[in-house]
Amino acid sequence: MKFTIQVNEGPYQHQASDSAYHFTKAALEKGHKIYRVFFYHDGVNNGTRLTTPPQDDRNIVNRWSELGKEYDLDMVLCVAAAQRRGIVDDGEAQRNGKDATNIAPGFRISGLGQLIEGGVQSDRLIVFGD
Amino acid sequence: MTMLHLVNKSPFDGSSLNTATSIMKPDDALLLIEDGVYGAIKNNTSAAKLEGKNVSVLGPDLAARGLSEDKLVDGVKIVDYAGFVDMVESNDKVQSWL
Repeated sequence: MKFTIQVNEGPYQHQASDSAYHFTKAALEKGHKIYRVFFYHDGVNNGTRLTTPPQDDRNIVNRWSELGKEYDLDMVLCVAAAQRRGIVDDGEAQRNGKDATNIAPGFRISGLGQLIEGGVQSDRLIVFGD
Repeated sequence: MTMLHLVNKSPFDGSSLNTATSIMKPDDALLLIEDGVYGAIKNNTSAAKLEGKNVSVLGPDLAARGLSEDKLVDGVKIVDYAGFVDMVESNDKVQSWL
């Protein structure tokens, strides 16, 4: 079955990003397909490579990047939410005159249409948030 | 057509359990995750709302809060993440009551 996952909450806030990660991983391990993981609202903060959590804590961002690499996931950050919160890739840096980027490996920035399309193309849309 | 209802808040921290249980149809399923697991604790004010409903809690979230099966309302099932995935698959829609 094909799933799209929506994540509305940032890392280390409550539990939504952890729940979404564990659900996504379990679905993949059961042989399901993840059509897209769409990060919306504060969820875009899951896609900055500049986080440094304590060494004995889980690294939520790296964990997403690694899962994305292992399963070739399409992990999309909402562009308007990312602009507001300072999550920047090369294209956004150029377009908005920023002096740096911070997007983590495996993520890309795109529009809300990607969420709608994910919902249309998938058998189920599962929303994690707070 | 069945729906899986997801509740992630304690009944003491919002009305989502109340909303979900009042809206769900007889064949629907309810899965309590995160702080939602508190809704399935025996003898608390929300316990009566679960009567006659198909209710599960996410085991890892229950354990993370120091709670065990004997604290749960009778008939409530415990699932792991793989079981969560199965519930998403076996219901036609998923509604997160955020």
